Amino acid sequence: MLKVLTHAARRDLLLASRRSGEVLAALFFFVMVAMLYPLAVGPEPALLRSVGPGVLWATALLASMLSLGRIFGHDLVDGTLEQMLLSAEPLVAVVIGKVLAHWLITGVPLVLLTPLIALQFDLSAESVQVLAASLLIGTPVLSLVGAIGGALTLGLRGGGALVAVLVLPLYVPVLVFGAGAVGAQAGGGDFSPHLQLLGALLAASFALAPWAAAAALRIALN
Amino acid sequence: MFDDLNIEVGAGEALWVKGRNGAGKTSLLRQLCGLTRPSAGSVLWRGHDIHRKYQASADFHRSLLYLGHANNLKDELTGVENLVLGERLAGRTLDGLGAAEALARVGLSRAAWRPAGRLSQGQRRRIGLARLHVTQRPPLWILDEPFTALDDVAADALHATLEQHLVRGGIVVYTTHQPRSLAAARSHVLDLSARAAGQPQPC
Repeated sequence: MLKVLTHAARRDLLLASRRSGEVLAALFFFVMVAMLYPLAVGPEPALLRSVGPGVLWATALLASMLSLGRIFGHDLVDGTLEQMLLSAEPLVAVVIGKVLAHWLITGVPLVLLTPLIALQFDLSAESVQVLAASLLIGTPVLSLVGAIGGALTLGLRGGGALVAVLVLPLYVPVLVFGAGAVGAQAGGGDFSPHLQLLGALLAASFALAPWAAAAALRIALN
Repeated sequence: MFDDLNIEVGAGEALWVKGRNGAGKTSLLRQLCGLTRPSAGSVLWRGHDIHRKYQASADFHRSLLYLGHANNLKDELTGVENLVLGERLAGRTLDGLGAAEALARVGLSRAAWRPAGRLSQGQRRRIGLARLHVTQRPPLWILDEPFTALDDVAADALHATLEQHLVRGGIVVYTTHQPRSLAAARSHVLDLSARAAGQPQPC
């Protein structure tokens, strides 16, 4: 099972390296929106410090959502998804591998870029650390939950809009706890409960989402 | 879509599913390989329902090679990469050398190292068919229009490959609009158009 998981992840990473335009589009969106926001609200440092974590989290969330259709969409079109369903190996392992690759392609670069982008919002070094930690724990949840939406809307016309309707309500707790952790740290409070709740969301989504996405894939191809 | 359909295909036997466009050939093949469930009835492999028990399902999928209309290729990957990664995801082991040998057997040597997106339809079909030549060959082959896009030489080579598989005790279930029946120990023909018209069927 672990072998198939690794093969699925490595395959998607190889494909992403050959389709760099698609990968860079999500990152470009994240950087552009995060850069435009301070220009729109003005240069007041106190205001930027207060809205910064929320803006960066919401932008990261939307950037991650942009690529959800690609998790399974290309594989449906070229027939490789059928072969995954016919594999003697568990489909769940393939799903976990693909979600892992999605997180490495979209989530990790966001975490790495955040300290740089956070400079525009005048966030302190401690706030940036908490923000990066919350994104590190929260972005895998976005990929895991997003995989369910991507699988449920597979092959549907207007699936991109539908996936947003399905997934966004499930993303709200991640956004609240992620941005809340930085807010608590900046206010001098204890931010660890927020990160712990994010960790709980990660554990719950890891335990449930791959199975749900695999079931949705079987339904989509039936 | 199919009423009163009872087919049994044993080792060394072939089933040619015929019919006009839209007769349900692909739908039947997808049911046989487990991609879709029949609304009534069952598909048995070695006496076990392929949808019922996990072990029976896993045994069936280990024994199955399905080639649909699509060639299961990523345009950005070379033929070798496509073959290696596809087989590994199917739970079978294959290295680059084995993939190159399999592709050479379908007449793709130099083209095997080019991205699949730059190849012709016939060459792309051959990459899909190279799966029939890898070392770990499952016994049951379900092939949907395998002769499509092939030239005469490649089609004859595929015909010979299928017959060799049958001689080794394999099973081939296939659809084609070309008049190609296999010289198996026992060859079945299922004409879905004739069934729809109420004509009796031999199998």
